[in-house]
Amino acid sequence: MTVRPFEEIVVEHGPIVMRVCRALLGPADAEDAWAETFLAAMKTYPGLRPDSNVRGWLVTIAHRKAIDQIRATNRAPRPAGELPDIPAKEGLPAEDRRELRAALDALPFKARRAVIYHYLGGLPYAEVGALLETSEAAARRNAADGIAKLRTTYSKGSSR
Amino acid sequence: MTTTKNAADQRVIDDLSALFPSPDGDADADADLHDLLAERADAASLLDVAYRTIDSPIGKLLLAATPEGLVRIAFELEDHGVVLARLADEISPRILRSPRRLDAAAAQLDEYFAGRRRQFDVPIDLQLAHGFRRTVLSHMREIAYGTTASYTAIASAAGRPNAVRAAASACATNPLPVIVPCHRVVRSDGLIGQYLAGPEVKQALLDMEAA
Repeated sequence: MTVRPFEEIVVEHGPIVMRVCRALLGPADAEDAWAETFLAAMKTYPGLRPDSNVRGWLVTIAHRKAIDQIRATNRAPRPAGELPDIPAKEGLPAEDRRELRAALDALPFKARRAVIYHYLGGLPYAEVGALLETSEAAARRNAADGIAKLRTTYSKGSSR
Repeated sequence: MTTTKNAADQRVIDDLSALFPSPDGDADADADLHDLLAERADAASLLDVAYRTIDSPIGKLLLAATPEGLVRIAFELEDHGVVLARLADEISPRILRSPRRLDAAAAQLDEYFAGRRRQFDVPIDLQLAHGFRRTVLSHMREIAYGTTASYTAIASAAGRPNAVRAAASACATNPLPVIVPCHRVVRSDGLIGQYLAGPEVKQALLDMEAA
């Protein structure tokens, strides 16, 4: 079984990893975390089992890199007002984007990560649970709590 | 009630997806990010194979290099995806599109096709050729621009004058066509012989060099 060229992995999974990094970190840190994620992945890639869940593996690495980065800079994951990297053409008005971003950042650690990994990273709850060192059922609850909380704090989303 | 809640949840989820679009549609930023990765991978000695493609008068060419040097040039008809998969298998799957390592080779090939270069001066890595074939390929570089040699002559030069068929198969499996000039090896009877990209491409290269 041939291992595919790593370039194919970057092209296929790069966008989803970037989305997770952006949701976890500020724009400059997100790019650095993205590059560090793929760099770390490239190191062990030749030994990756052919039946591995590549996306889950990459999101796991991104999760660790983001935590490293937050620790290294020793500050809140995201100061407010750092939004210009998100293309405005994507439809959501600037005010809504700011508000949703703030609401997401205000979520408790596990709820926030469960929401990001499941809804933005596309990971099933079993994998989210493994990442958060909790059960599948608890991860599902964390994500549901997170969305419920967003529904109340993100007024534009709920009032429309 | 449940329906309303689900609809509201869905709106939050949809807005989250819109907040973090994937892909984000910014091709320039994506290219910069990819370059950043390739740079760091190279610096960390993880970039086992770098590749890029170039346009040429004989079609799109794939250029691939290890840290040692240029390791593969592939014609379009070889299917570049298949060639990269084989490089992953035979050398290493740590492969990234990364033009920088191939800047010199790309520039020299451009000059060659424009008729402004007669010799290539880039490091090459012949690890994809083995044994006698590799010996044949090393000697092939001695055939000067604008001249030809017979399969018999290169078999002799490589030390096995009777191994004409083996010499021909070294040409047929040349991992570095154009730069290792297998197009300059022709049949003793005057016919130009085979070429991976087709005899018409071989003839075009010989005509260009004769001009």
